[in-house]
Amino acid sequence: MTIRQLSVFLENKTGYLNQVLAILAKYNINIIALTVADTSDYGILRAIVSDPEKALEVLRAQQFSVRIHDILSIEMDAAPGTMSHILDLFTAAELCIEYVYAFSFGSKSILILRTDNQDKAIEVIKANHMKSINEADLR
Amino acid sequence: MNDEARIRRQEARGIIKKSTKKLNNESAAGNSDFLPKSNEKKFWNKKMECMKEKDMRAIQSKRLVDLVARVYKHVPFYRTRMDEAGVKPSDIQSIDDIVKLPFTNKTDLRDNYPFNLFAVPMQDIVRVHASSGTTGKPTTVGYTKADIENWKEVVARCLTMAGVGKKDIMQISYGYGLFTGGLGVHYGAETVGCSVVPISGGNTRRQLQLMSDFGSTVLACTPSYALHLADALTENGYSLKDMKLRTGVFGAEPWTENMRLELEKKWGIRAHDIYGLSEVMGPGVAMDCIHHCGLHIHEDHFFPEIVDPITKQPVPDGQEGELVFTTLTKEGIPLLRYNTHDLSTLNHETCLCGRTSVRMKKITGRSDDMLIIRGVNLFPSQIEHVLLEMGETSAHYMLYVDRANNLDTLELKVELDESQLTDTIRDLQNLSRRIEHALNSATGLHVKVTLVEPKTIARSEGKAVRVVDNRKK
Repeated sequence: MTIRQLSVFLENKTGYLNQVLAILAKYNINIIALTVADTSDYGILRAIVSDPEKALEVLRAQQFSVRIHDILSIEMDAAPGTMSHILDLFTAAELCIEYVYAFSFGSKSILILRTDNQDKAIEVIKANHMKSINEADLR
Repeated sequence: MNDEARIRRQEARGIIKKSTKKLNNESAAGNSDFLPKSNEKKFWNKKMECMKEKDMRAIQSKRLVDLVARVYKHVPFYRTRMDEAGVKPSDIQSIDDIVKLPFTNKTDLRDNYPFNLFAVPMQDIVRVHASSGTTGKPTTVGYTKADIENWKEVVARCLTMAGVGKKDIMQISYGYGLFTGGLGVHYGAETVGCSVVPISGGNTRRQLQLMSDFGSTVLACTPSYALHLADALTENGYSLKDMKLRTGVFGAEPWTENMRLELEKKWGIRAHDIYGLSEVMGPGVAMDCIHHCGLHIHEDHFFPEIVDPITKQPVPDGQEGELVFTTLTKEGIPLLRYNTHDLSTLNHETCLCGRTSVRMKKITGRSDDMLIIRGVNLFPSQIEHVLLEMGETSAHYMLYVDRANNLDTLELKVELDESQLTDTIRDLQNLSRRIEHALNSATGLHVKVTLVEPKTIARSEGKAVRVVDNRKK
């Protein structure tokens, strides 16, 4: 139902994002999906990577602030209107979406999302027979 | 005043030497434009302001002996301190004996919060003021009726020294309330008979509108706010022609001679420096006259000393050190040798204006790390205290002080604690906001909080550098 996502605190400095990426590259950690939420002073890099534990360890060693969070992931049909339909179901359950991003992996289209009530969101996923993705699906 | 008329007659008859010889007066303000107009009153209390040194010392001696007896009897703190120092009230026979007395510091006010340093019962206190303290507790001062009368008197002397009188309309843009600035100047301005506009601080547009509509002739505020108002004239649709301002009474923060010249040029006014601190009284402890060669201290009420910052021994006139005040007349919260930690020098020579009162040089800095932000005192330790109390960030921070549009700005960079990192920006923004709110409650100042990565704020091996002050000098 959930997969692990890295969250890295990033100050707004030129070349800073790439410092993180370079460290991941050095340790042969593959980035499966990545998004950055930004403000004028800093941002949070969110990434799904091939080895979250290792990524946490090597980034921390380089003084980065890193956390791992469990995050909902759903497989979508590659057809128009699929994502809208999924969000309709969450809205009907009065869940608020905090952030969302999507990516494709092989032939799969995958939706990552954070709502204001994770347990309730899981109920919605189960009740509507949505197909969730686990980390093994991303190897 | 009869006194003044008599002296003028004596001057005319050659009994008193009319022209004071030029005595080491730093400023070359001989410009007659800045001399008082004949209809301006020159002194509020000529007797006290122009008294011979010997006579002044006699008054100071008498008042000190009385003061020491009073505080020894009524304030346990002073009794303990004096006993520890082995000084008895009977050891204090004249003002020369003041050096035997122990010093008082801001920490003593804090430790005795709120009223333990008061020397009279609460029923005799008619007013309380407070300023923000170093650990969240404010420092409190109390005034008796007589204290308020003396405060009015010294502010009246200051205003008269600046040529301000009953024909003036004075716009008081110092904050009113617990801060001494607003009410302190207010009472003195009413005493000299000004028409007072108690507008208090803030709301630039309204300040300019009333200044124009009312024809304010005197502006009392912090010098940085006066500059801000000057710069805001044009954008608010005003020009100097709309204003009748002629004098500025600026204080509550240190400012340079250059800033005075800039203010005088921008506003086309005479700008005067009014010095004071709430612990000693509030605004009105000292003021510079039209010659701008040091600030005249009302030494019959506030006895100044300059001491070496390290040895705490008194230093001779002209040598810089920490400015120390003993409140000779105060009843509510008298202070013995209160160390202001402001750096200055003293000058006992007679001024061109005729006053014999001792002058202090414009404050050049401080011997501790206290900052003055928009007239509000701030110690970096206050920031640290708030951060430690919240415990949601690391205690590593750097405070950046700057000036935007002539107003002081504060930015706090603080290292994020990894445990507070989530995957949403909102949590971090809420954290910044919580810190901003807590700092505002503790200090009364708006501080912009920026979260930075751990270990990015320089660690120092010696004394930590916590403040970067980029305000122009």
